[in-house]
Amino acid sequence: MEGLHHDTILEPSAKDSAKIKKESNEEEKGETHSDQADSMDFSTSTANQSLSAEDKVDLYEKMVRIRRFEERSLRSYQQGHIGGFLHLYIGQEAVAVGSVSMLGEDDHVITAYRDHGHALAVGMDFDECMAELYGKKTGCSKGKGGSMHFFAPDKNYWGGHGIVGGQTPLGLGIAFALKYNKKKGSCLCFMGDGATNQGPFYESLNLASLWNLPVVYIIENNGYSMGTAESRHSAGDPLARRGEAFDIDWSVSNGHDIYEVRQTISDALTSAHEKCRPSVLEIVTYRYRGHSVADPDQTYRSKEEIEEYKTNKDPLNLFREKLIKEGNISEDQIKTIDNRAKGDAEASAEFADASPYPDPSELMDDIYWETDNPGEKTSEGTMFFETPS
Amino acid sequence: MAKITYREALNQALSEEIKRDNNVVLMGEEVAQFKGSYKVSEGMLEKFGAERVIDTPISEAAFSGLAVGAAMMGMRPVVEFMFWSFCYVAFDQIFNNAASVRYMSGGLINVPIVFRGPANGGTNVGATHSHTPENFAANTPGLKVICPATPADAKGMLKAAIRDNDPVCVMENTILYNMQDEVPDDPDFIIPLGKANILKEGKDMTIIAHGKAVHTSLEVAHTLEEKHNVSVEVLDLRSIRPLDVDAIIKTVKKTNRVLLVEENKPFCGVDAQIAFLIQDQAFDYLDAPIKRVSAIDAPQAYSKALENIQIPAHDRILAKAMELI
Ligand SMILES: Cc1ncc(C[n+]2csc(CCOP(=O)(O)OP(=O)(O)O)c2C)c(N)n1
Ligand SMILES: [Mg+2]
Repeated sequence: MEGLHHDTILEPSAKDSAKIKKESNEEEKGETHSDQADSMDFSTSTANQSLSAEDKVDLYEKMVRIRRFEERSLRSYQQGHIGGFLHLYIGQEAVAVGSVSMLGEDDHVITAYRDHGHALAVGMDFDECMAELYGKKTGCSKGKGGSMHFFAPDKNYWGGHGIVGGQTPLGLGIAFALKYNKKKGSCLCFMGDGATNQGPFYESLNLASLWNLPVVYIIENNGYSMGTAESRHSAGDPLARRGEAFDIDWSVSNGHDIYEVRQTISDALTSAHEKCRPSVLEIVTYRYRGHSVADPDQTYRSKEEIEEYKTNKDPLNLFREKLIKEGNISEDQIKTIDNRAKGDAEASAEFADASPYPDPSELMDDIYWETDNPGEKTSEGTMFFETPS
Repeated sequence: MAKITYREALNQALSEEIKRDNNVVLMGEEVAQFKGSYKVSEGMLEKFGAERVIDTPISEAAFSGLAVGAAMMGMRPVVEFMFWSFCYVAFDQIFNNAASVRYMSGGLINVPIVFRGPANGGTNVGATHSHTPENFAANTPGLKVICPATPADAKGMLKAAIRDNDPVCVMENTILYNMQDEVPDDPDFIIPLGKANILKEGKDMTIIAHGKAVHTSLEVAHTLEEKHNVSVEVLDLRSIRPLDVDAIIKTVKKTNRVLLVEENKPFCGVDAQIAFLIQDQAFDYLDAPIKRVSAIDAPQAYSKALENIQIPAHDRILAKAMELI
């Protein structure tokens, strides 16, 4: 385990203080944060104790579906059906699925460009997502957003943002609007470890705390900002402690364990809903694939390191083993879930392949609300200065 | 109709729209307690409270982005920049997020937001505080851009911008803030975006301008008429994007000679696009090459002695106009 980025972070003796959430209730502390490193059992913590076997299987299935979808998308990329970047979430599934599973009606989600996992977790379907990757008209953004820009406002999902850290003020604004409209909601704003070094994040933390906004910043610390390890990109440790300068509650937790993710999010949501307070949650996780799938992957980390995670920390394996041990899932169910996910992923690739590309005229749609709604036009004059002939 | 200043006109527009629509808020540095760096929002905190008129820290990226996020959720924030020059630290939020979110979501989202504030040189504050980014903004599909030059336009167009369902950049001018003119007090007085205005009719030549250059151009037009017996038409663009191309082509076809005046820098400035449109759509109507006067192509100078030369002034515009006749 030498050299694995979160070894240091999860070292219990060194990091005890780091995991204690400021202002959290004394009795919650031990239960909600991984003081005892990643082996601590959260299956019976408050956020998880009422989960039925069915709920648990459902969580498992959601993670499996994300993985199978992305594996299928990787094949499509290699076959040349998908262009540009493809930032896969494989290895991090427990973070999105665990987080989103805690959300209520007025809770919202926004994230960066590694967004397929969050999109599927909020309930977007394989077909619209795969078709978007293929650049097809039937894609969730009609082929105009691509891998990095999935959106589903009807599911409280606000993207999918390609500029590192660029979504951090937007998440703040979503929380602002919720508070302005007197909703007891929150915005989960996901970001990477590398994104913590963007200035707007700190401007946002200041405002979040100053104005008591219900935004939850979730740093998915997968150890790397592209090919730059955390130890080479960030001073000060852990990253979440940066919230302390703004009097924001923060914590570090183990993102390989979906139970722990759920408990961490649950605490932050309580704080957002009941006290309108922001949080900074650092959730330690790992990505298996290159930064984008075409990126070299051996220049900054070893094969052994990746293997180590796959073997010992894989969130799907860990959860499946737990479910088996708890007697909540059968071998048959496991197989059925896997086959269904693979089948649906295959079908989505076929759907995407068979779907038409957008028509050239669609280049000019969706730029302005006004030009899309000519019946309600209020402006005059020329809006576009070069259009397809 | 009362005679009020450009500043009061903006205040009326903001106040009326805040009253009219609960989704409208004004936020920015010093807009509330301090009463506005240029006193545009004077009295609004008292009238509407701190929930609607919101002082922010000096964090343009965060409060611009916050406002974009809130607009995605259906609010209608008006973001004040103390100077448009400061938008550069929020560039990503305006030019990526506000401008592109609709497109990248395939039309699922719209961003009804206004970014406003002064965008002008001429006040001896040096290069960092004198930017005129209307050309940058207009170069970005997804954004709308207006440069009101009169008190009535300031009110009518800001109100239109706030009611607009797309992001609108409103570029004002500190030098015009004290200008007085008649402004309708009808709370539904609206001037649509994209509609240019002929401020003076003429038949021998047209001067096309926007922002404060409109007023310098009017002075030149009067000089030309009185001293040189040339009848000059002055067209105020008012809105940069959308642009009233029809009005431009119409006046060129009428006068056959055109001078473009702007306080923006020349390279890829707004008038570069307008010159292209004229030669493309009215080439055969031109009796002389299109002429152009813009800010002198250097970072904005601090010294009065230099900045007065830099910004198109009466005599430089007049000299260029004389080349046309
Ligand atoms: C402002 C900006 N700079 C650089 C990039 C290029 N880039 C994309 S992702 C990335 C690394 C970000 O790493 P992290 O925040 O840890 O997220 P992860 O990829 O690990 O999910 C970089 C440098 C970008 N998209 N935006
Ligand atoms: Mg990372």
